[in-house]
Amino acid sequence: MEGEMATLTKKDIGGFLARQGILVAFALFMIGFTLANAQFLNPDNVMGVVRSSAILGVMALGVTFVVISGNLDLSVGSMMSFSTIVVLDLHDKLGPTLAIPAMFAMTLCLGAFIGFLVGYLKLNSLIVTLGMLSAIHGLTLTYSGGKNMDIADKEGTWFSIFGQGDALGIPVPILIFLLLAVVLGTMLAKTPFGRKIYAVGGNGTAATFSGIPRARVVFSCYLVSAFCVATAGLLQASRSMGSQNTVGQGLELEVLAAVILGGASLMGGSGTIFKTVIGVLILGFIQNGLLLVGLPFYVQYVVTWIIIILAVWLDIAAKRGRLWSPIA
Amino acid sequence: MSAQTPVLRLEGIVKTFPGVRALDGVSLSILPGEVHALMGENGAGKSTLMKVLGGVHQPDEGRIVLAEQPVVMSGPLDAKAKGIVFIHQELSLAGELSVAENIYLGELPRKRFGLVDWAELYTRTNRILERLKVGFDARTRVGDLSIANQQMVEIARALTVDAKAVIFDEPTASLTDAEKVVLFEVIADLKSQGVGIAYISHRMEEIFRITDRISVLRDGQYQGTVDTVETDEEGVTQMMIGRKLDLSRNESHHEIGDGALEVRGLSCGHLFEDVSFAVRSGEVLGFYGLVGAGRTEIAETIFGLREPSAGTIHLNGEEVRIHSPADAIARGISLVPEDRKSQGLVLGMNCRDNMTLPQIDDLKAGPFVAEGSEIAIFDQYRDKLDIRTPGWKQAAGNLSGGNQQKIVIGKWLSMHPRVLIVDEPTRGIDVGSKAEIHNLIRDLAAQGYAVIVISSEMPEVLHVSDRIVAMYSGRVMRTFTSEEVTEDTLIQAISGLDTGQAA
Amino acid sequence: MTPGTLSTILKNGAIWGFIVLELIFFTVAGQFLSLSENAFMDADNMLLLFKQSAPIGIIAMGMTIVMINGNIDLSVGATYALSAVVLLDAMTWPVFGGLGDWVIPVACLLALLTGVVLGAINGLIVWKTGVDAFIVTLGAMLGYRGLVFMYNGEQPTSHLNWTLVDFAEMQVLGLHTATWVLLIVTVAMWFLMNRTVHGRNAYAIGNNREAAVNAGIRVGPHMLINFMIIGFLAALSAVVFYAETGSVNPNDGELYELWVITAVVLGGTKLTGGAGSIVSTFGGVLAIQLLRKGLAHIGADTSTVNLVIGLILIAVLLLDRQLNVKGKEELKI
Repeated sequence: MEGEMATLTKKDIGGFLARQGILVAFALFMIGFTLANAQFLNPDNVMGVVRSSAILGVMALGVTFVVISGNLDLSVGSMMSFSTIVVLDLHDKLGPTLAIPAMFAMTLCLGAFIGFLVGYLKLNSLIVTLGMLSAIHGLTLTYSGGKNMDIADKEGTWFSIFGQGDALGIPVPILIFLLLAVVLGTMLAKTPFGRKIYAVGGNGTAATFSGIPRARVVFSCYLVSAFCVATAGLLQASRSMGSQNTVGQGLELEVLAAVILGGASLMGGSGTIFKTVIGVLILGFIQNGLLLVGLPFYVQYVVTWIIIILAVWLDIAAKRGRLWSPIA
Repeated sequence: MSAQTPVLRLEGIVKTFPGVRALDGVSLSILPGEVHALMGENGAGKSTLMKVLGGVHQPDEGRIVLAEQPVVMSGPLDAKAKGIVFIHQELSLAGELSVAENIYLGELPRKRFGLVDWAELYTRTNRILERLKVGFDARTRVGDLSIANQQMVEIARALTVDAKAVIFDEPTASLTDAEKVVLFEVIADLKSQGVGIAYISHRMEEIFRITDRISVLRDGQYQGTVDTVETDEEGVTQMMIGRKLDLSRNESHHEIGDGALEVRGLSCGHLFEDVSFAVRSGEVLGFYGLVGAGRTEIAETIFGLREPSAGTIHLNGEEVRIHSPADAIARGISLVPEDRKSQGLVLGMNCRDNMTLPQIDDLKAGPFVAEGSEIAIFDQYRDKLDIRTPGWKQAAGNLSGGNQQKIVIGKWLSMHPRVLIVDEPTRGIDVGSKAEIHNLIRDLAAQGYAVIVISSEMPEVLHVSDRIVAMYSGRVMRTFTSEEVTEDTLIQAISGLDTGQAA
Repeated sequence: MTPGTLSTILKNGAIWGFIVLELIFFTVAGQFLSLSENAFMDADNMLLLFKQSAPIGIIAMGMTIVMINGNIDLSVGATYALSAVVLLDAMTWPVFGGLGDWVIPVACLLALLTGVVLGAINGLIVWKTGVDAFIVTLGAMLGYRGLVFMYNGEQPTSHLNWTLVDFAEMQVLGLHTATWVLLIVTVAMWFLMNRTVHGRNAYAIGNNREAAVNAGIRVGPHMLINFMIIGFLAALSAVVFYAETGSVNPNDGELYELWVITAVVLGGTKLTGGAGSIVSTFGGVLAIQLLRKGLAHIGADTSTVNLVIGLILIAVLLLDRQLNVKGKEELKI
């Protein structure tokens, strides 16, 4: 009769397993690493991992918004370099109180530009952000004249509090990361704006048919991403009080890996801030584990590659109900 | 035609899809050298039957017999290899490649080392193109051709093999009269070579011009086969519709209120031209016509999804310009779209969220979404429309078609629009839910909504409408009241025949 | 506004017009801004242009077929670097000790094989798992780069074999070896795309995959072969370039994918697949290289070049959208 709802399909179970599969694999990793090097679960080490993941994590929060809305942002790495360099430079020229808002404004302008191109002009986000990756890199190089940026008087400023301070015994970067995660997570899950993002990413056509201003939603997501990148730049600048202009290079891939690990679909319409945070932590611990075992940093690249492909593959396989693709 | 062995026979074909029995024991035979029309309403099963024949679907029961040998068509390529060619209604061409490469797609003649034998390719293609008397040559890029010419290319693909049977599915949909003549000559040509031709169409004029026999399907069941010379339009229409169906005209009329929506001289490029009509509160206006008649495009224009090229829209007497769906919604217009899966729902979202999407900005408690209000709305319409789902958290994609449609309807009803447009409200829905939705539409009118129903099913449009607009090729052919409409005149109006009445 | 004759001409001829514009612009600007004595458009400089176009150009030919097929390859830079490492290092392997100069072709072969294998890995993953080529090659971009580092840590890999260097630096009929390789590859790829069944099928798959599948074209093997082609070409490009320089850093080839994609898209190949040509990619490659040279000629530095290239890519997308504006009656989704 009417109203028969489809029972739990193999797809649902497969998807569930795929999701848990990643956590299971992660648990195995953790056990393996701990056995290989007892330092791994040392509280100081753990805290260190979380702290160094904070900067990446902040960027991943913003990219989560963009990915859920059905787009990509490959420019976050060079945008972060830009933010770091700009705030360091302006710190000595305008003082920290003015430098920080100025840097945020400039970064948001970049984000707005991208948002305009992808949201209103409907250009392909992969190519646009790939192009912006290069353009912003060039911009940063021009701005910095190719030199490193350093704060002249590192002791005489309160600027370092963001990257190096402690509040209530917890490092400030972690606090900021958590705060941002809570705020953005609530925004995504509990506000109309968040709901609209899921709709646009899940089915842009249906969203338009429901009266949702698709262009504006996409644009706003890029603004959120830019804001997060600016925050990451602030944390980075504050931590090292000086920087090369390539500091953010390559981060866009790690951020994407974290978002994918957290289970967000690159097709759009699914994912949560919480899951991204988990993904960031998983990535951080894996990288740390590899280091502790004595493997050099570039082994991470290979591991990340395998992880990205496996994660997306399992996600797709779960959705279509079969492991191998039906391509002839 | 003397008694001959049929080129092909279908025996007792049964095909079911989840929830619907599309073909119920259909048997048919096609003789060599005959043009055999297959007619029936939308949803009668014509396309499904031909897809079974063409190898796209496998029958659940019954068999296909080719030249007295039972065969199994494992796919379209297999069918083509066996001499059955299916010319689809939707074009499947690669616009960047040349005509020749499209005609021989997947079977380009080869020289050594994987090189294309261009000389051979063009020779063969030109031979086919000559038969079709087309104005373009083998090297033309398909994307540069008009839709009509592209259709000719599609037809040309059938002529690459020695076909035993060719199935045409609405081949003249985009052809001009001159091109139709050429098509009919091609068909006559094939006929003279002993090829059996199946011809699916709604267009009476053509059917009676070129076909030898007509078979009719209704609701997946075979109604009979007649010789074309021994019947006429009325006879065929009777077979398609039958007397048993509930064709109760909508008898009850409610209080008809003021004019809610009026459209004057509305056009949108070549999609529809010079369309005028009015809907009042308490009234149900039905739009009936073939696919491509322009009905959905009119709805989309009123809803702000298309920019009209001419004409005006009036709401409650005032002329308005509607620039976007958000605009339309703000003015009290709601559209339940034709394709619920790709236009009506975000399948990955849960039922409640889907239902409250258009008004999400208004359901707030501070900066947050007021989930309590959302759930209240969901509960209200779940009860009102009898939506079967274990809970609101269920993803919309998991519901049955009927329930998905109810979610979409509930979504728009909760907006309390003045004008509600429903496009194909019961497509792909089981009989029980259909009746519920029809009653709902009548109820809405009784409550004062102005309702526009677009439908391709005659019983449906007759049952719910107070007045019916019959459309053909983007124009309003005629507007009927429910008292004066008859099945015959309606079918004739939408098939392009002038019934001699003023619109 | 339907795409009429004007916009078709604009689209196809645009890249060449752009090149002419560049030549004019930089010649004029060079008179005022250049640091050197020479004019921009002298014969030697133009010959050099072709030679300098070779690294990106060779790979761009492969990217063209991959993109026409409906895929993309972001790992070409890493493949380029890894092949270079194999080339240079293989010449020092003890097992080849007794070969003398014959080690050169062996090392070249190994390098090319590396490229083919890396491409095949990408192709197989895309085929068998169904994961989108963009993600697969994005991951490979990282993973293959990791392999490069794993070879020799952060140290450069070097080996100078003077026979090889001589070969790379020689000029036949006035054109450098690199230029010859570029021209041969261009002609070969043109042939593949326009005269073979494989090439025509690649267009079909990218243009209307369903129609291709229904016509019996096997999508998987075609994709695999195309990835192997681009892997091969990335390796070939590395062989040509590093034969001359003799030393490769693990970060070399970074962002090559950006340059290559920009050249290909600039030349008119569609991101969505199904449309594009080798000739216009060649034009795109020249245009990009001309831009780099021109900017250097008038004194701009790397940063400006990066900025301009990035913006050009975006401008091309915009232009493409404008020229493809469909009728006014389209759905405003």
